[in-house]
Amino acid sequence: MEASERPQRYHRKGRTLGRKIAMNWQLYVLLVIPTSFLVLFNYLPMLGAQIAFRNFNPIDGIWHSPWVGFDQFNQFLNSPYFWPILKNTLRISLYSLGVGIPCAIILAIAINEVKHVRFKKLVQLATYAPYFISTVVMVGILQIILNPSTGLFGQFGHALDIKNPYDMLGSPGAFPSVYVWSGVWQETGYAAVIYLAALSGVNPELYEAAKIDGATRIRKIYHIDLPSLIPTFTVLLILGVGGVLSVGFEKVFLMQNMLNISSSEIISTYVYKVGLIDTNYSFGVAVGLFNSVVGLILILIVNTVARKISNASLF
Amino acid sequence: MQKAIIRESLPDRIFLLFIYLMLILILISVAYPLIFVISSSFSSSSAVIGGKVWLWPVNPTLNGYEAIYNYPEILKGFLNSVFYTVLAVLITVSLTVLMAFPLSRPNLPGKGIWMYALLFAMIFNGGLIPFYLVVRDLHMINTIWSLLIPGGLNIFSVLVAKTFFQNGIPGELYDSAQVDGCNDFRFLGIIALPLSKPILAVLVLWAAVGQWNSYFNAMIFLNNPDLFPLQLILRKILILNNVEMTSMTLSPELLLKFEDMKNLLKYALIVITSVPMLLLYPFAQKYFVQGAMIGSIKG
Repeated sequence: MEASERPQRYHRKGRTLGRKIAMNWQLYVLLVIPTSFLVLFNYLPMLGAQIAFRNFNPIDGIWHSPWVGFDQFNQFLNSPYFWPILKNTLRISLYSLGVGIPCAIILAIAINEVKHVRFKKLVQLATYAPYFISTVVMVGILQIILNPSTGLFGQFGHALDIKNPYDMLGSPGAFPSVYVWSGVWQETGYAAVIYLAALSGVNPELYEAAKIDGATRIRKIYHIDLPSLIPTFTVLLILGVGGVLSVGFEKVFLMQNMLNISSSEIISTYVYKVGLIDTNYSFGVAVGLFNSVVGLILILIVNTVARKISNASLF
Repeated sequence: MQKAIIRESLPDRIFLLFIYLMLILILISVAYPLIFVISSSFSSSSAVIGGKVWLWPVNPTLNGYEAIYNYPEILKGFLNSVFYTVLAVLITVSLTVLMAFPLSRPNLPGKGIWMYALLFAMIFNGGLIPFYLVVRDLHMINTIWSLLIPGGLNIFSVLVAKTFFQNGIPGELYDSAQVDGCNDFRFLGIIALPLSKPILAVLVLWAAVGQWNSYFNAMIFLNNPDLFPLQLILRKILILNNVEMTSMTLSPELLLKFEDMKNLLKYALIVITSVPMLLLYPFAQKYFVQGAMIGSIKG
């Protein structure tokens, strides 16, 4: 707009911009390949998601299948599966968030209190290790340990003389807890590192001042450590809330069986089954898109709220 | 240090004792399942089934590991996974550097567009099925490329690497190199990359762990068993309980151990699969922590 008022300046600015681009041509060359990956595998699928509004058939393809508007979404929202899988998804992800974040913070603060360097390193090394185990192995370990007859859990049952040990992996009631607490076992050490990084950035003078004022360790944690973790906590919370509907497919899918399916069917596993296995593409995409859009809206809401309340936000 | 300890007040000492006890408890509960699985893999199968293994191996044998040795599918999957992991590291790390380095330069025209495009792709995606259709239309289904190319660009890695380049390589260095007639390509190759070893180590490790441990892309994109990575074969054996051990390949004396081996196979398999990453990790820990710290810096 400004340009039309001051054509000369615009002209010069345009030339310098052009020159700047020309001067940096090598940087743009570097960007070509990764940018094409971004377009192909991130943005092209977003365009492809339009088949949620079409009745996809392979002959007409993504761009020419008949337009049906919101039919697929209505079908999903009115299907008997909608509420159960939404409830399952929310239960698992909110439970994970609610347990996972406090555990990581507690571990980070506890490690931060330890002054014994070797012990500190040992704790970090050990709690970090399970992060490197694959999801398949993790679920395999769960099956071995929780097996009611031959597993460690079953053996404890025998030792305590319990006749029919509880089958945790085959019970809908236990499923969320098994999922969440095995996640805590695997990921808390890794998650704590980020909080530890934030704690290591605390100005040591604050601790000195607190010491002179006669603050106990608990008071130092409450008045210095916890407030300094708020920015990190907020960012991770925003990301976590944005991801509540897209809770990890990989582990849930592996833990699913006929016995626990009533509490283990979540949106992403449902998309996989309806969309890819039954090749009901349009319906599957609609469910997936519902997922992504709700996630995006949640991220924006939480981000705005966080910015208003605590001044810490993701963007 | 000595003085500080003496000066701790009684409530503080009680609190510290509580912290140590808690951490010891956490240590035990993290380590115990791992030790149990490792010990079981070296025990006899009767001891494992009879619940005699609690901490150390009972009646030590190597039958579980012999079972793996006699299971061609596992060996093949292992080699496939090694191959995929090496390739994935090369591809992902190159893409990350190519994207992160230009975006770390100040005043690159259009930089904002790229940053928004990356951030938006991080919080929004088209979903599983459109992604699958793109890969299918590129004729990558049932080829090794389906495991390497579609997931090749890791946006989180790009943002972490960009932050590193921005803060770790002084702008003055770039200016003086430019005065000396060094162009962008040479600056990246001769000056920036040698200064970026810590971040390169982090990127290599992230890519390696990610590829080695993933099964999902292989599950949806591959149906030729010859191409299966180890995790997919593991899924079959550990999760689906589908053990296809033919006694055909076994010698008569091994046949006697057949049942024994079958029982121990799972335990040994867990150990064998996890060992490469767990071996990598103590060396890598320093870099992983660094990477997580760079990642946690907003910007």
